[in-house]
Amino acid sequence: MLSIKNLHAKIEDNQILNGLNLEVKPGEVHAIMGPNGSGKSTLASVLAGREEFEVTEGTVEYQGKDLLDLAPEERAREGVFLAFQYPVEIPGVSTINFMKTAVNQVREARGQQPLDAVSFLGLMKEKMKLVEIDQSLLNRSLNEGFSGGEKKRNEIFQMAMLEPKLAILDETDSGLDIDALRIVANGVNKLRDKNKGIIVVTHYQRLLEYIVPDFVHVLYKGKIVKSGTKELALELEAKGYDWIKDEVAVV
Amino acid sequence: MSKDNQLLEELTSKEYEHGWTSNIEMESAPKGLNEDIVRFISAKKNEPEWLLEWRLKAYRQWAKMVDPKWPNVTYPEINYQDVIYYAAPKQKVKPKSLEEVDPELLKTFEKLGISLTEQKRLTGIAVDAVLDSVSVATTFKEKLGELGIIFCSFSEAVQEHPELIKKYLGSVVPMNDNYFAALNSAVFSDGSFCYIPKDVRCPMELSTYFRINAANTGQFERTLIVADEGSYVSYLEGCTAPQRDENQLHAAVVEIYAMKGAQVKYSTVQNWYPGDKEGKGGIYNFVTKRALCAGDHSKVSWTQVETGSAITWKYPSCILKGDHSSGEFYSVAVTNNYQQADTGTKMIHIGKHTKSRIVSKGISAGHSQNSYRGQVHIMKRAEGARNFSQCDSLLMGDKCGAHTFPYIDVENNSAKVEHEATTSKIGEDQIFYCLQRGIDEESAVALIVNGYAKEVLNQLPMEFAVEAQKLLALTLEGSVG
Repeated sequence: MLSIKNLHAKIEDNQILNGLNLEVKPGEVHAIMGPNGSGKSTLASVLAGREEFEVTEGTVEYQGKDLLDLAPEERAREGVFLAFQYPVEIPGVSTINFMKTAVNQVREARGQQPLDAVSFLGLMKEKMKLVEIDQSLLNRSLNEGFSGGEKKRNEIFQMAMLEPKLAILDETDSGLDIDALRIVANGVNKLRDKNKGIIVVTHYQRLLEYIVPDFVHVLYKGKIVKSGTKELALELEAKGYDWIKDEVAVV
Repeated sequence: MSKDNQLLEELTSKEYEHGWTSNIEMESAPKGLNEDIVRFISAKKNEPEWLLEWRLKAYRQWAKMVDPKWPNVTYPEINYQDVIYYAAPKQKVKPKSLEEVDPELLKTFEKLGISLTEQKRLTGIAVDAVLDSVSVATTFKEKLGELGIIFCSFSEAVQEHPELIKKYLGSVVPMNDNYFAALNSAVFSDGSFCYIPKDVRCPMELSTYFRINAANTGQFERTLIVADEGSYVSYLEGCTAPQRDENQLHAAVVEIYAMKGAQVKYSTVQNWYPGDKEGKGGIYNFVTKRALCAGDHSKVSWTQVETGSAITWKYPSCILKGDHSSGEFYSVAVTNNYQQADTGTKMIHIGKHTKSRIVSKGISAGHSQNSYRGQVHIMKRAEGARNFSQCDSLLMGDKCGAHTFPYIDVENNSAKVEHEATTSKIGEDQIFYCLQRGIDEESAVALIVNGYAKEVLNQLPMEFAVEAQKLLALTLEGSVG
């Protein structure tokens, strides 16, 4: 469903991605790991369409379409979801209101009728249960004064609401204690299905104990330098990233 | 031009939707202002001698005054002799009922979404519709009359209730209060009058709808609300004007007199024509609004959503004279393109344990300038007075300006005064977050701005709040930078 070929991207004058290749098929969970500054978050941002990043070379095909040709909101409507590393606060706008606007705009773009208040509430209740989130949190201003865990849980709630085909989780584990991590990971696992591709971007192996990936890729200097299965993550955890750097240096 | 700027330019060029004119036969005074014009207006309205004298006195005071230079706005010198001070739709006889009103007039208001035909109104709002200089129709008069509530045009009140007008006219805003109030006192043409008797809670929202139609004409309406002891009323005011290349002058006066235990809630959605995107045309909105909380435990609350006008100069204020009286001011002022707004409030604490609350949310976009100017004055006697002020500014793009001028004078040591102020920009992060959820840029801005202004919008009556939200979105669509 997603095919990234030779992707190069930069921000201002800094070249960050240097020929990245990645194939994601429906139902697969891919973990992208790597040391700080390797380009993990850049990859997530480029896929979501953040405009500060300029793609200088390469292609990204998503469900037969040129993803790079689509505006950020069009990508979202086509089913690309990014769980933000730092979810943004919007004062005075409740998560409920925010999601109602989002869900209905996505539906409209797909030629569906907007949900009325009752159906929306029904959908919300169902998804709330899935990610163990309390309605009082959803009534509050979006992410304002939320704890780290609440913010990330809210991201997964939004993912559940929008039912994406490709979900990118950008450092979803950062800033979470172990209980929050478990809840968030459980939410993601419940949303795993054979039609959905998931990319988990993370620095640590910890998250992958809960969200078990089908593939693990190591990103270094803007390229995937090593790919494997979940065992690779364990190896990285045990040995750190230095041996990868050495290995790359030798090549 | 960056993509953002381009988008900003494209989207802020949203056209003003009430910019049409109606073809109604008008009767007007010749251009210019002198004592004869004042006499002409007074004669047209068949006014008693005392009122003519009052107007003439105001005119003479005005002639000696100069217009204020302290607001943070700039505009070319206004030639007051080039303005028409009276214009009225021509009607052979004064209409006795709605059936006799010129259908073209009714159509004008229908087009604005204001049905004057009572049976067609779904919501229980009584409307006094003012076109240029005169009140066209007032709805629900009989029903209100049963409760002893007087709600009619100002001219009618002068004829029917002269004792009330004589007593309260100028009691809150003296004729020589300021340049524009003096001008209004000399030439005011019509407006609304409202009296709520003792212990009556007005069962419906009362509303005045102002429409400027004629060209080169100033609009000078006057609203007087008298709330007797223990009464309650919620009052709404809306306004629009045609799109014209020249600037038009609007200098209104609103006076609210609240007696012991009375409560008045006054809400405005101001949508006068703001001028085009190059800053040509638009209304000069120079308005004096003031409430006197004369009685103990009285309360007046101003809520305003200001989206229109080329220049806004307006400070709805409360004089808190009665002990335990309270005043509130909730404001959202939006400026876009070349609009300029200098708006805020004055809270004058005279009585003991008086309270005031100010929440001002400025939003500037385009090349506009948006200033909050407010005064909190705690007088010597005002034992235990309290004030809380919050002034927030939101900037969109990098060509606009936001300014805050708070003045605080405290003469009593027991007073508690709090002031908070913030300035923020709509973040690209916020917009991107919305986009990533499938929300388009226009809706994203609307969502963020409405969230920002929520505390004020929540003060508006339901129907008005919905309209105000749409208006905010319309005024600002996509103006992100």
